[in-house]
Amino acid sequence: MVKKAINTVYTMWLREMLRFWRSKSRIVGSLATPLFFLIILGAGFSSSFQLQGGGTFDRSYLAPGLIGMSVLFSSVMGGVSIIWDREFGFLKEILIAPVSRFFVSLGKAVGGVTTSMIQGILIMIIAWLIGIRYVSFPGVLASIAVMFVLGIGFIGLGISLASRIESHEGFQMVMSFLTLPLVLLSGAFFPISNLPGWLIMLVYANPLTYGVEALRWFLLGNSIIPVSLSIIVIVSFALSMTVLGGKLFGKMKV
Amino acid sequence: MLYAIETTGITKIFEGVTAVNNVSISVKTGELFGLLGPNGAGKTTLINMLSTMTEPSGGSARIWDFDISRDASAVRQSIGVVFQDTTLDDRLTGRENLDLHGRLYGMDSKNRKKRIEEVLSLVELTDRADSIVKTYSGGMMRRLEIARGLMHHPHVLFLDEPTLGLDPQTRNHIWEYIKILNKEEGVTIVLTTHYMEEADQLCGRIAIIDHGRIVALDTPVALKSRLGGDVITLGLENPADMARLCDIYKKNGCAEIVSLKKNEVFITVREGERQIPHVLNLALNAGIPIQSVSLRKPTLDDVFLHHTGRAIRDKEASEAERVGYIIRSRRK
Repeated sequence: MVKKAINTVYTMWLREMLRFWRSKSRIVGSLATPLFFLIILGAGFSSSFQLQGGGTFDRSYLAPGLIGMSVLFSSVMGGVSIIWDREFGFLKEILIAPVSRFFVSLGKAVGGVTTSMIQGILIMIIAWLIGIRYVSFPGVLASIAVMFVLGIGFIGLGISLASRIESHEGFQMVMSFLTLPLVLLSGAFFPISNLPGWLIMLVYANPLTYGVEALRWFLLGNSIIPVSLSIIVIVSFALSMTVLGGKLFGKMKV
Repeated sequence: MLYAIETTGITKIFEGVTAVNNVSISVKTGELFGLLGPNGAGKTTLINMLSTMTEPSGGSARIWDFDISRDASAVRQSIGVVFQDTTLDDRLTGRENLDLHGRLYGMDSKNRKKRIEEVLSLVELTDRADSIVKTYSGGMMRRLEIARGLMHHPHVLFLDEPTLGLDPQTRNHIWEYIKILNKEEGVTIVLTTHYMEEADQLCGRIAIIDHGRIVALDTPVALKSRLGGDVITLGLENPADMARLCDIYKKNGCAEIVSLKKNEVFITVREGERQIPHVLNLALNAGIPIQSVSLRKPTLDDVFLHHTGRAIRDKEASEAERVGYIIRSRRK
């Protein structure tokens, strides 16, 4: 029973890895966006803005936010890719196999989270190469764990959405109406202290905020939200999305 | 086991529309069984129920002695399914597709390796096994899917329109593979088709299905010979004369079965060559002008026409074919 479940999860993971390996150009493309943000926005912000209290903007502030953004994009994408599997038929091949749907979706999630962690780690390394310094090595390891938890949460969200979306047109809607607002409302690009009241409500309701804050604490050593609260929020988010995703995928019609 | 598949009054109703209506069939172990009918007749729905993809609304079915509702997992392990539209992962290689399939069905590494070579050589894809599926032709993809369906040694293989959208040459090839794997692998095969030649050439027994019901079930030879001889087709100048002509033939007892299609009348007679003059005389005497006459041996289309009053050919390019074409052309 357990062996079969592990085997299912592993098979689905293996497929995601094979596909990831085949799409090297996509990896480069997905790294480009956050790096442009880091280099160009970083330079622009540093020379134009002064922080409250008089300090200048430090571009290293952006790094955790961009890692969070990259994990968000690739995770939601990984979850929603079930729509493509349905569109191109492969989903039927999985659903007709004598395996549990829950472990199929878990395998898909673990595969997707591996790819988003690889991307997050690559950004972390490149940011370090262009001069951004992290506080400690254990902090770096902890931030990789944060990427994992955050990735699982957003893949669960992606799988849940994909199970309800009827067509691939809905995919574009998800990308523009969900992921971009999530990034903009997460404090990836600006400090979340001193925001106007309506904005602060939305920022605090956004799970990505806590992910970015946790990354910032582990990588740069400072955060506005206490790190323990951030971890509680992202772990609960990941658990509830896994359950929701597994449930909705189980009911999905081909 | 005597019967690989047994259904008892299996029924599927979609929002008030009965797609499969009270179907009871038994398929013998090792048989090559055909479900023949026009598109929308309920063939795919029946296959979907038997392969546990859709819950029946009523009735039951056993596959390899496992109940499709209570024992779905055992049924899935016992069957292979090749769906109408491709279900391959086209970014992976042929070998990877087969390997993932073997893993999902719990085969160990040694078994998988051995079986992959076997099924690849069966469908003659060994030399293309390590190419990405995207680069395959339609016929190669279909062959790979058949190979994949056989990967885990299923007892029963379902083929849903296995040659839909393929060119005639490729179609003949696929027929050969289907025959070989039925004989050599001993696997029981159920295939659906709306091509009469396909059912005629391949299947040991055929169930003709229309509007979700089985209207006839027998060997192709028996189905055709039951029509009682040769088919004479008369083309009429004026379609309005059709009903009157049929009445005349029925009254004179020269035709056992008379049916109509557009402006053509079909009659079935013994020793057609000798009957043509008589048939034409009757029409002339009644003052009904005949445009053309032809004589042929009966086909399964005549069987279908006889049982349903319609020809399968009437529905030209079907919905499924069009959709299949769109999907295939979008992929390129």
